[in-house]
Amino acid sequence: MAEKSIAGKSISLNEEGFLTDASQWDQEVAKELANEEGIELTEQHFEVLEFLRNAHEKGETLTIRKVGKSGITDIKGLYKLFPGGPLKLSSKIAGIPKPTSCV
Amino acid sequence: MSAKEESPLKKVCIICAKGTIEDVYATLVMANGAVMEGIEAKLFFTFFGLDAITKKRMNKLHTGTVGNPALRMPGGLPFPSLLGMLPGVEAGVSTMMKSQMEKLDVPPVDEFIEMITAGGGELYACKLGMDMFNLEKEDLHDEVRDVLTVGDFYAMCGGENTQIIFT
Repeated sequence: MAEKSIAGKSISLNEEGFLTDASQWDQEVAKELANEEGIELTEQHFEVLEFLRNAHEKGETLTIRKVGKSGITDIKGLYKLFPGGPLKLSSKIAGIPKPTSCV
Repeated sequence: MSAKEESPLKKVCIICAKGTIEDVYATLVMANGAVMEGIEAKLFFTFFGLDAITKKRMNKLHTGTVGNPALRMPGGLPFPSLLGMLPGVEAGVSTMMKSQMEKLDVPPVDEFIEMITAGGGELYACKLGMDMFNLEKEDLHDEVRDVLTVGDFYAMCGGENTQIIFT
């Protein structure tokens, strides 16, 4: 676990760079986390992030299928928004833990 | 768990030669898991594995209820092979397996294939297997790219940090 200054705030991250406290997240933090992954966040990115955060808050297990059925975008779209990690990268940028599902 | 591999996996080539629910899903879960991690995935379906990409059969796969010592009753008791022989039992068990997977958000085969190809995974059918079972390209799911010989498939399996997996 490490503290890192992101968007002027001190944020605690685990060794894989996921936030350990989802409440430290805000949109500015997301933008900086996304930049590190080479992603420029758009409106649609934020919709996905909101969806993920809401599901996480409700204690749901997240799968790419669930996000694909959210109505925000389809699975192909998710791969375009978060290349190389449609669920893992998006969760990281959303400030929630790494997904534990295999699907 | 930190996964800081010095030389991460770049590509998996997965061969599916059997057509039971568990064999096909092992292939699909591994392939989908790969593309979701940014790992390239190429799938080769042969022999009974072709059922997984044959339109008429893909969503009607079964799990074997005879000679399957790992199969258990819902309560955990061993599943007798004699019972598995009765008409309808295999279909019933298979339906139960599928509903269990649906609960875990594991999609039906056709949808799973679309998820994999949406992530850039590629599906191929084996020429020899197709000839054996008298199948035509039109019989296969639209997302299947091509019908290949073994040699063609191996030619796609080159490159650093590539693994061939036989499920």
